[in-house]
Amino acid sequence: MGEKRIVYMDHSATTYTKREVLEAMIPYYSEHFGNPSSIYSIAGDSKKAIDAARLQVAKALGADTDEIYFTSGGSESDNWAIKGVAFANRKKGNHIITSAIEHHAVLHTCKYLEKEGFTVTYLPVDRYGMIDPADLEKAITEKTILVSVMFANNEIGTIEPIAELGAVAHNHKVYFHTDAVQVIGNVPVDVKAQNIDMLSLSAHKFYGPKGIGALYIKKGVKIDNLIHGGGQERKRRAGTENIAGIVGIGKAIELATADIDGHNKRIQGMRDRLLQGILAKIPGVYLNGHKEKRLPGNINVSFEFIEGESMLLWLDDEGICASTGSACTSGSLEPSHVLLATGLPVEISHGSLRLTLGDINTEQDVDFVLEVLPKVVSRLREMSPLYHKIGKEGGCDVQ
Amino acid sequence: MYSDKVMDHFKNPRNVGEIENPDGVGEVGNPVCGDIMKIFLKIENNIVTDARFKTFGCGAAIASSSMATELVKGKTLEEAWEVSNKAVAEALEGLPPIKMHCSVLAEEGIHNAINDYRKKHGLEPWVEKNPHVHDHGEDLTCDH
Repeated sequence: MGEKRIVYMDHSATTYTKREVLEAMIPYYSEHFGNPSSIYSIAGDSKKAIDAARLQVAKALGADTDEIYFTSGGSESDNWAIKGVAFANRKKGNHIITSAIEHHAVLHTCKYLEKEGFTVTYLPVDRYGMIDPADLEKAITEKTILVSVMFANNEIGTIEPIAELGAVAHNHKVYFHTDAVQVIGNVPVDVKAQNIDMLSLSAHKFYGPKGIGALYIKKGVKIDNLIHGGGQERKRRAGTENIAGIVGIGKAIELATADIDGHNKRIQGMRDRLLQGILAKIPGVYLNGHKEKRLPGNINVSFEFIEGESMLLWLDDEGICASTGSACTSGSLEPSHVLLATGLPVEISHGSLRLTLGDINTEQDVDFVLEVLPKVVSRLREMSPLYHKIGKEGGCDVQ
Repeated sequence: MYSDKVMDHFKNPRNVGEIENPDGVGEVGNPVCGDIMKIFLKIENNIVTDARFKTFGCGAAIASSSMATELVKGKTLEEAWEVSNKAVAEALEGLPPIKMHCSVLAEEGIHNAINDYRKKHGLEPWVEKNPHVHDHGEDLTCDH
C-alpha cells in the first residue's frame, strides 16, 4: 500500500506555500536575520528586502509603495481598517455600512464597534449573494464614515460589484474598504480604478506563508493605529517586521498575479467539469452563489436530506479535504450566516459542501471526487429518515 | 475531534434501517436544527428483540443512534428506558461537549419509541424523569 491519496479542495481555507516562495524566505531566517531598525549593514539587507516586497505588493494592486502596510494577516487588516477609521472619524459620524455576508473578522469587529456607540447597517444580498449598489446608496446617511464590503465571498465565491460600490461611497465622500482576501490571483485588482480606499489581503490564500498580510491605505485616509509601539511601518504599525513573511508575501503576490487569466482558465476548467459532474450525477443538489460572477475555483452546493459534517467525515476518510456551512462543524447553533443571508432554508444550509480548487489540483482529482462524492451522498441518504419521507415522492429538483 | 469508537460507529453504523411492522417508533429532532433520529423497536415479551434507526445529522448523531440501538437490544423495556444519554456517550468513549445533545436525542428517540409501544397497548406512557433541554452544549435551544 502506498501513501493515502490526498485530494485537497479547500484552497479558500488556506493554500500550501510555493517552493519558490519558501526558498526566497529561508535566508531571512538565517543569514539575513538583522533587525531592519538597526544601523549596521546586515540590518540594511533586511530593510532592502522589505522595500522590495512592498514594491511587489504595490504593483499587484496598482498602488504606491507608501500605501502598503504589512500586518499579520487578513483579520488584523480588517480590524485595523474598520476600527482605525471608526475611531479617527468619530467626530464626523458614527455610522458604518457593511454586508450580511462578510467574514467574521469584519462582522465581529462591527459588533464590537456597536458596543462602543457606533451604529452599523448590514446590507442584504440577493439569492446569489450579490449586493446591490442601490441598497448602499439608500443606506448612506450624513453620519456614515465607512463602507466595508468584501471583494468576493469566501463561502459561496460570489464576486461583488466593488468598483460600483466604491463609486457610491465616494459620491458621498465616505471611505470604502474591501476585504480582498479571497481575490488575489483570482480577480485583477486595481485600487485606483476600483475606487478602493483600503484593501485587506493575506498571503496564505495565494500560496504564501501564514501569519503575514497587508493593508492598502490610500494616501490621505484618516485612520488611527491599531498596534501601538515602535516606529515600524512608517509609525503606523508597530512591531519588529516579520521579514521572512514579508519576503514571502512579496514573492507570492508577484507569482499569483503574473498570469491571472491563464491560472483562471485552468482552475475554472476543472471547476466547471466538477460542478457539471456533480449536478449530473447527484439528484437533489442546489448550487449556492452566482453562476458567473464567482471565484474561479469555488463550488458551493447543498444536498437535500443529508448533513454536511457527516459528508466531510466520509470525504476525509477517502482523502478529500473540503468544508461545509453546516452548524455542526462551526461550534455554533446556526448554519452559515452567508447561506442564510441568501435566503437558503436552514435545513438545506446544513447540507452544504464547499470545494475550492487551486493550483494543487489536477484533472485526476476531479475524476476522483466525481467517483467518491455520489457514493457518500447516497450512503448518507440511505440512512436519512428525510430521504424516504420526501425524496422518493416524485424525485427532487435539480437547479 | 471524535474518539475512535465514535468514528467506528459512524463509519460502520450498526442497525441502520427500518423494521417492518415495528412495535414502537420514536422520531425526535428537527431538520432545522440539523438532526433527526427515527428509532424502530421490535418488542417481544417485554424484551427489545431488535432496534434500528434512520438518522439525518452529523457524525456524532449517527454514532449515537448506532450505539443507542446496540445498548437497548436484548434489554427489558424497563432496562431500555434507563439507558441514559450519558451511558450512550460513555459507551462511545466520550463526545465533544457541543455534541452531547446528539446523545440526548438518542435517549429521547428510544423513550419515544417505548412510549409509542405502550400507547399502542393501552398503557400509560412513562414520564421523563429528567426532561432534557436541547442545549447543544450551551444554554440555548434550537427552536426555530
